[in-house]
Amino acid sequence: MLNIRNLHARIDGKNILKGINLEIKAGEVHAIMGPNGSGKSTLASVLAGRKEYEVTEGSVDFLGKDLLDLSPEARAGEGLFLAFQYPIEIPGLSTTNFIKTAVNEVRKYRGENALDAVGFLRLMKEKMAIMNIDQSLLSRSLNEGFSGGEKKRNEIFQMAMLQPRFAILDETDSGLDIDAIRIVANGVNKLRNKDNAVLVVTHYQRLLDYIVPDFVHVLYNGRIVKSGTKELALELEERGYDFIRSENHIGEEVK
Amino acid sequence: MNSDLYLPAANDRNDEPGIIERTVLNEYKYGFVTDIEADEAPKGLDENIIRFISAKKNEPEWMLEWRLKAFRHWLKMEEPTWANVSYTPINYQDIIYYSAPKQKVNPANLDEIDPELRRTFEKLGISLDEQKRLSGVAVDAVVDSVSIGTTFKKQLAELGIIFCSMSEAIREHPELIKKHLGSVVPITDNFFAALNAAVFTDGSFCYIPKGVRSPMELSTYFRINAENTGQFERTLIVAEEGSYVSYLEGCTAPMRDENQLHAAVVELITMDNAEIKYSTVQNWYPGDKEGVGGIYNFVTKRGICKGVNSKISWTQVETGSSITWKYPSVILKGDNSVGEFYSVAVTNNYQQADTGTKMMHLGKNTKSRIVSKGISAGFSNNSYRGLVHVSKGATNARNFSQCDSLLLGDKCGAHTFPYIEVKNNTAMVEHEATTSKIGEDQIFYCNQRGIDNETAVALIINGFAKEVMNQLPMEFAVEAQKLLAISLEGSVG
Repeated sequence: MLNIRNLHARIDGKNILKGINLEIKAGEVHAIMGPNGSGKSTLASVLAGRKEYEVTEGSVDFLGKDLLDLSPEARAGEGLFLAFQYPIEIPGLSTTNFIKTAVNEVRKYRGENALDAVGFLRLMKEKMAIMNIDQSLLSRSLNEGFSGGEKKRNEIFQMAMLQPRFAILDETDSGLDIDAIRIVANGVNKLRNKDNAVLVVTHYQRLLDYIVPDFVHVLYNGRIVKSGTKELALELEERGYDFIRSENHIGEEVK
Repeated sequence: MNSDLYLPAANDRNDEPGIIERTVLNEYKYGFVTDIEADEAPKGLDENIIRFISAKKNEPEWMLEWRLKAFRHWLKMEEPTWANVSYTPINYQDIIYYSAPKQKVNPANLDEIDPELRRTFEKLGISLDEQKRLSGVAVDAVVDSVSIGTTFKKQLAELGIIFCSMSEAIREHPELIKKHLGSVVPITDNFFAALNAAVFTDGSFCYIPKGVRSPMELSTYFRINAENTGQFERTLIVAEEGSYVSYLEGCTAPMRDENQLHAAVVELITMDNAEIKYSTVQNWYPGDKEGVGGIYNFVTKRGICKGVNSKISWTQVETGSSITWKYPSVILKGDNSVGEFYSVAVTNNYQQADTGTKMMHLGKNTKSRIVSKGISAGFSNNSYRGLVHVSKGATNARNFSQCDSLLLGDKCGAHTFPYIEVKNNTAMVEHEATTSKIGEDQIFYCNQRGIDNETAVALIINGFAKEVMNQLPMEFAVEAQKLLAISLEGSVG
């Protein structure tokens, strides 16, 4: 589904990603872990098409298309979704109206008819039940005055509404207590199926207790330095990122 | 007190221009010209022209005298320069002060309206065919200097409501006009109001008798068509005791390289327990991308809450005109009266707007509320200018003002000039102001959900302006939302 080859990217002239290789197949859940500043969020942003980041080398193939050649909205149309680490507020714009616009824009991209009010409401009711989300939250201005948990739940609700083929969760657990993590993770798990894939970007192992990954990758200094299964996350939890550092100190010096 | 804000671009780290900077030509939908012969006065302004206008309209002698008095006063006045706008001086001798499409003025039967003019209004989305109107909105259609027809007059007359062109009102209801015309905006009020009093050619008159709630929205649609003309209309609305009316005003003009002057006067009067809700969607031609052409919109709008418990509410969506100079105000004379001002002003390219309100608290327990939302894009300048005045006798006056500015790009300006004068220490006056910029992060968030730049900006600005848009009557709200988006088309992406 997604094939990243030798991806290099920089911002403000500073190289952040220094050759990422990663293949994700339909039905899989991958986790990217790493210390602060290792490039985790940069990878998420580059895949979603944030233009502050400049790709200097490498390629990304998404469902047979050159992902890097597509605009951010076209990537969304192709089925890529990013759950933001810091969801953005838009005062005065109701969450429902925003989601309705998004759903219909994506449908338009795919050559489908726009959902009418009734069709949209039906879809929303169905997903609200799955996500256990309240109507009152959806009539409020987008993310304005939302608690950390509400913002993240709203992100996953949007994911449910847009039904992406590939979703990136960027530090979705940050700032959440254990109950909120469980709610968000349950939502993600309900959306998993054999046709879609999820990339979980996280600093801590605890989210992976709830969203169990098939593969875990350790990102360090812009490169994936170690890959493994769920057990790798546990090892990291136990030993900290220092053992990665000591294993990779040479790379760090060379830069 | 005043702040000049020029914020840096959020994405100046990129070599390529940011999405907000890439400006493309935006389309003005109403820029066509109707090819119809016009009956025109020669260019220029003197007492003979005023006599010409008065004669054309078969006015009584007292009206001509009123005009001449205004003109003689205007000659002694100076054009105001305090507004935060700049333009090359207007040559008042180079303007045609009267231009009427050649047809029977104010035909007795709406079917007699020239088909060409009827088509013009249909193109503008205004049907002059009463049968075709879906909802209850009565329309007075004004082209250049004259009203070409008013719908639903008969139905309204059954309730005692007078809704007609100003010319007709002067002839048919002289006692009401003599009593109220110029009572809120005197002929000596300001330079443009004096000019208007001298040369005004038409406009609408609404009179709502005691205890009557108007069953439909009354509206006037102003269209400038002829070249080199100025449009000077005058609107007067009188709401007698316990009455209510909601009034709408819309306006458009053809695309031309020359600037055209529009100097209107609107007067509103509410007696005890009466209410007037006045909504404007101003979409005069704004000039092109380079700032060439467009309407100078220099307008005096003022209402007086004469009676106790009366209310005047102004709502305006200002998207057009190359220059806007306009301060819809309320004199709160009656005890417990309420004044409101809700405004969205959008400026793009080289447009300039200096707009706001005056709330004059004279009576006891008077309340006013000001919500102003300014949106600036391109190289435009957008100023809020407002005065809240609480006089000595205005015990327990209350005011709340909220002025928010939204900037698109880094070449535009947003300015706020709030003035507060309080002469009674029981008054409570609150002022809040914010300035924000449409963030690249907001647009990216929308993009990531599949929403393109244009749609993202439309969503963001409509959210920003929502509090004001909610005040608009349903018939107008949807159109106005689209208009906001169209006005800013090309200011991003």
